[in-house]
Amino acid sequence: MNIEQLDFYTQAILSMAALVGLTSFLMLGQGRLLRLIFVFAMQGFLLTLTTVLAAYSLNNPHLYISAVLTLALKVIFIPWMLRRQVVQMNMHRDIEALKNNTAVMLGGAGLMVFSYYVLHPIVQSSSVVMLNALAVSLSVMLLGMLLMISHRQAIAHVVGFMSIENGLFFAAIVSTNGMPLVVELGVAFDVLVAAVLFGIFFFHIRTSIDSLDVDLLNKLHEVDK
Amino acid sequence: MIAAYLVLLIPLIGIIFFALAGHRDDTGKLNVRFNGICLLATIWLAINVLNQGTIISSGKAFLIDPFNVYLIVLTAFVGFTTSIFSAPYMAHEKEIGKLTDGRLKLYHSMFQGFMLAMYLVLTTNNMGIMWVAMEGATLATVLLVSLYRTPESIEAAWKYFILCGVGIAQALFGTILLYYAAVQIGDGENALLWSVLYQNAGKLNPEILEIGFVFMLIGYGTKIGLVPLHNWLPDAHSEGPTPMSAVLSGLLLNDALYAVVRNKMLVDGATHSSMAGFLMMGFGMLSFLVAAVLLHRQKDIKRLFSYSSIEHMGLMTFAFGIGGPLATFAALLHMTVHSLTKSAIFVTVGHAAQLAGTQKMERIRGLIRTQPKIGWGLLIGTISIAGFPPFGVFTSEFLVLLATMHSYPWLTLPLLLGIGIAFAGLFRHIQPMVYGDKPKDQKPISANLWPVMIHLALVLWLGLAIPGFLAHWFSQATLLISGSTPL
Repeated sequence: MNIEQLDFYTQAILSMAALVGLTSFLMLGQGRLLRLIFVFAMQGFLLTLTTVLAAYSLNNPHLYISAVLTLALKVIFIPWMLRRQVVQMNMHRDIEALKNNTAVMLGGAGLMVFSYYVLHPIVQSSSVVMLNALAVSLSVMLLGMLLMISHRQAIAHVVGFMSIENGLFFAAIVSTNGMPLVVELGVAFDVLVAAVLFGIFFFHIRTSIDSLDVDLLNKLHEVDK
Repeated sequence: MIAAYLVLLIPLIGIIFFALAGHRDDTGKLNVRFNGICLLATIWLAINVLNQGTIISSGKAFLIDPFNVYLIVLTAFVGFTTSIFSAPYMAHEKEIGKLTDGRLKLYHSMFQGFMLAMYLVLTTNNMGIMWVAMEGATLATVLLVSLYRTPESIEAAWKYFILCGVGIAQALFGTILLYYAAVQIGDGENALLWSVLYQNAGKLNPEILEIGFVFMLIGYGTKIGLVPLHNWLPDAHSEGPTPMSAVLSGLLLNDALYAVVRNKMLVDGATHSSMAGFLMMGFGMLSFLVAAVLLHRQKDIKRLFSYSSIEHMGLMTFAFGIGGPLATFAALLHMTVHSLTKSAIFVTVGHAAQLAGTQKMERIRGLIRTQPKIGWGLLIGTISIAGFPPFGVFTSEFLVLLATMHSYPWLTLPLLLGIGIAFAGLFRHIQPMVYGDKPKDQKPISANLWPVMIHLALVLWLGLAIPGFLAHWFSQATLLISGSTPL
């Protein structure tokens, strides 16, 4: 594949994929919650740009609706809600000491390679660009999970959860030019409800263990000791 | 088709009504009525399908075929009987000060929300909407798991939320891959419709579908409670209110399995290999054995039965994985009898826990002497779920064994072993609870065991003789899933 021979849209999609992947890595190594939320909002913004780009280039007006939804939910509402929680809990000056940061970053790189490996069979039936886009979305999902595993703050878990959604969304936009509108509206509704529920949960967890450190949620075991 | 719209409309009205009206003394009874009317609507729908065959709504948004219609009726039936149990149970919880009016309002509204999500999963023709509804079911129930607001229940709900949310995100990735394969051959807006996909399954790209199915199985498998993604299940079942445990175990797990089977039908059509079946068999067998062993180490009565649910879901996944007509028939039957029995058991367990004032098994004693109804209910329920003849669970497990012997003879051994281990695990805990010495100040409580008796009677009936129309129904569904029928 020669990059210069591709059309503008495809080139733009490839750079977007790279940037979205980069933001995932930035989140993975971030110990400050406010910066984590900021990078998450950036990722949402990149998604919005990708959606607008796809809507414009492919002349697909319903994608503008999903661009607006992404902007409202992932760039404005959810980061705003999380930020407010952090400030209320007075956690904005804390730096979470991440254990095994190097190992986590290396693991992240490994996951990216793994995503390419898993999706490699589809190269036979579609373009290399598609493989890149889908592999990046899958690795954004996996990196989101790794983020949840390596961080202890409930807020970081929510960011990880939502960035998994971002990865899915990127896959849907790039590979299929967006899911059918009714499905996309449904997914956006679910994300909205999930965000509100997370807000409620922060309140419950705080009143129950007086912290948002989920390592303290350790009362239930698989087998009773 | 009007019946299908009614089935969705009634719980929708229920959500809004309970949210606006607030909690009153008769809210529990109203909840029973909503579920009762819905049950009537589903029966009407079932009669329609029985007469006309598969129905597709005019906009192709909904599809009712023999496979999902029986699950719809089952969902409505278990929802109805659970709401009968729920009314006095929740009133008692309020009396002893565990719940307030506001939380009961949330409970009833979300009960209907959960039912709506379940009906939507089953009736929709769109694989994307199926995902949305499945996630909706998590969202509706997550606040119910933490209804008591104890630290344990909040931990359980958080685990449930995160694990199921992340898990089900994998299923969305699988759905996106499915859509990606579908737009390559056909039109965009309709490409995710199951009826369209099923017709064109042979033309779908097998590589993409294989990768997609792995994600679907992991995603929906989290909701089925397949090992090693099962951790949320015992926590959510044991910490939430008991009626919720009954519907989670009896309905949610079934519907997640339904979603997997629907996808398997597409993948099988595209790949012509047994990849999907083998994956399901492997995960199913693993869940079955691990849960059977873990049964022995439980101390909480609701956790005990949630591990039993994992075990049975594993068995069903295994049976659907084998895939022949006999195994599919057995799996469908097992879905039915397991739902009925398990929800009956959770109802009894709820009463037993209220009687003893705790869910710790070592402090539940002498049920049969304090209140024979509850003691017998628990004993018969356990006998039934452990797979004793003449109950229906025996019939379906026996059929699964037959199918296994036929296709993979060497797998019969671990199956028999698992059934034996699970049986021992259940009885070593249940026996002292039912027969042990009665604690001094234990007094009978007001308990409504009609739902339990009706469920167990139905399971007994299914074990003795499956009525003709039901057998016809099962074989229609088997024909749809596996391509031929065992009868």
